[in-house]
Amino acid sequence: MRSILTVYRKELSDHFSSNKFLVLLALIYIAGLSSTYVALTNIRGAASSLDKEVFLYLFTTGGDVLPSFITFISFFIPIIGIIFGFDAINSERNSGNLSRILSQPIYRDSVINGKFLAGITTLSIIIASIVFIISGVGLFAIGVPPTTEEILRLFFFILICVFYGGFWMGLSMLFSVIMEKTAASILTAIAIWIFLMFFLPIIANAIANGMVPLANNAAVADQIRNYNIEHIISRISPATLFTEAIVVLLVPVGGNILVNPVAYQQSSSMLKSGKMILNPLSIGQSFIQVWPQLLIIVALSIICFAISYIIFMRQEIRST
Amino acid sequence: MSDNNNLIISNNLSKKYNEHLVVSDLNLTVKKGEIFGLLGPNGAGKSTIILMILGLTEPTSGSISVAGFNSTREPLKVKRITGYLPERVGFYDDMTARGNLAYTAELNNVPYREIPIKIDEVLKIVDLLDNKNHLVKTFSKGMRQRLGIADVLIKDPQLIIFDEPTEGLDVKVANQILQTILNLNKQKNITFLVSSHQLNLMQRICPRVGILSKGKLISEGSVENLGRSLFGGGKYRIELELEKVPDEIIEKLKKLDKVVNVTRNDSQLQVVCDKDIRQDISRLISSEGILLTRMDMKQDALEEIYLKYFKEE
Repeated sequence: MRSILTVYRKELSDHFSSNKFLVLLALIYIAGLSSTYVALTNIRGAASSLDKEVFLYLFTTGGDVLPSFITFISFFIPIIGIIFGFDAINSERNSGNLSRILSQPIYRDSVINGKFLAGITTLSIIIASIVFIISGVGLFAIGVPPTTEEILRLFFFILICVFYGGFWMGLSMLFSVIMEKTAASILTAIAIWIFLMFFLPIIANAIANGMVPLANNAAVADQIRNYNIEHIISRISPATLFTEAIVVLLVPVGGNILVNPVAYQQSSSMLKSGKMILNPLSIGQSFIQVWPQLLIIVALSIICFAISYIIFMRQEIRST
Repeated sequence: MSDNNNLIISNNLSKKYNEHLVVSDLNLTVKKGEIFGLLGPNGAGKSTIILMILGLTEPTSGSISVAGFNSTREPLKVKRITGYLPERVGFYDDMTARGNLAYTAELNNVPYREIPIKIDEVLKIVDLLDNKNHLVKTFSKGMRQRLGIADVLIKDPQLIIFDEPTEGLDVKVANQILQTILNLNKQKNITFLVSSHQLNLMQRICPRVGILSKGKLISEGSVENLGRSLFGGGKYRIELELEKVPDEIIEKLKKLDKVVNVTRNDSQLQVVCDKDIRQDISRLISSEGILLTRMDMKQDALEEIYLKYFKEE
């Protein structure tokens, strides 16, 4: 255990003193504070007088020019995860450090465990710190303290972000285990991220439209079928699962409808005309809605790390 | 398994990668306090043996132990008393020499308050004390190698394994490294297992060597004994070149004291003997009225032994 802690401390100190950490932190803070500014200017229009959980609007309200904080964060978390994992093992191997470290009286898994934990800790600190900063700024600006439920929602939001980042870190760490060159491991991880984030929704849409074409006045049944196909394919991507989970969690009023375009389309006119009023979901109900997404994100993180772990444990360690 | 005099004992050690046999039935012993040289061309299995000693790879069959600890079952105990300096030793370039050594010390469970003292102690041995606060990226290859020695000394090892310790170093630095090895062996009674291609350097520090070929230990023993068995039993070889070589001179040379064997190759003779008898030979040839054009004496150089083995293979 002490050896894991030793590796963990060293890696943590490396992360905190690295330029990439400072750049990422600056980027996240700029994005976070910009989105807070946008949220503060638009919050009056977004929140209704009936809303009890106004505080969360700080994180979910966007503007015409800049998106909301949760949009920013769902974009940045994979990048942070990839950056903290892509060279974890292959850079050690290439520099000749791995054989030296593993010849010390430590178990081999101490290295990969310590590195993963340090990466996760750094990621948690980055996310938690920006959430706290936004909360502080928001508290000062809007003067409405968060309710206990909002605090809990934010806590679970941070936790989901960490697991989501853990998935990307585990994936890039896997490439760092199996690929010799750091350039190859980062490019592969980024290629997968770009595919899942940008191309998969387009592919899913094309497949759904190919299977169930939608005319201008398509029947609701066809719309639902089309949506279901697109949604099933999109859910291959952890990015989709993450977005669904955080939207439902941070938008208690209608968050579950926002992630379902058909339901949103069906209910939007009634909502606008006031014929339909949405009640906020309790935190428990929100969790019931996103439980599958959360489980899959956690499982994917564990699977990615477990594969890296197994491959690393079976790898030949040579100095050259 | 454990033996009071032997530090490393391997019994029928074999390692296969897929179906390729890399180490085959290796029976090797390295005595406590000795400097043992492991020789062999690339792919002979030297690195695989080192990895098995450290427990970093498992043998396919057989066993290997260090100080009575089985490397496969008790790798941590083995690594606690074994220092390993790979051929291309790596350090964290953006950390100081002290920082790198402190990390190694922590991994070896050296108590925190002892770490600074220990670091100064080992850096002094390798003459890097003045550079302890310098970043490793500013170090030359020789300094990195010396830092590598300091790194393995942090744990007070009983055994140090060096993989090509002088590879890529200039003669002066290589000599310093070899001298450090000799000093550590003498002063701290540390056992060394040195794997190298630089045979002339190996001969200077390794009284006993093992020659590996295709995963098999084809010969093991002192350089002197290996030479004796290969070159006809004598310790010295005296090469003569004569104006003419009558048969009777060969017979007379064979009768000289301490001569083991005499062989002829045209006008050249090779006298294998247990003593430097160049004066006796010179006297005999002069008395026969033959002109001696050249006489060289060779101790059995490790390089010749090595070449002979791989030539015959």
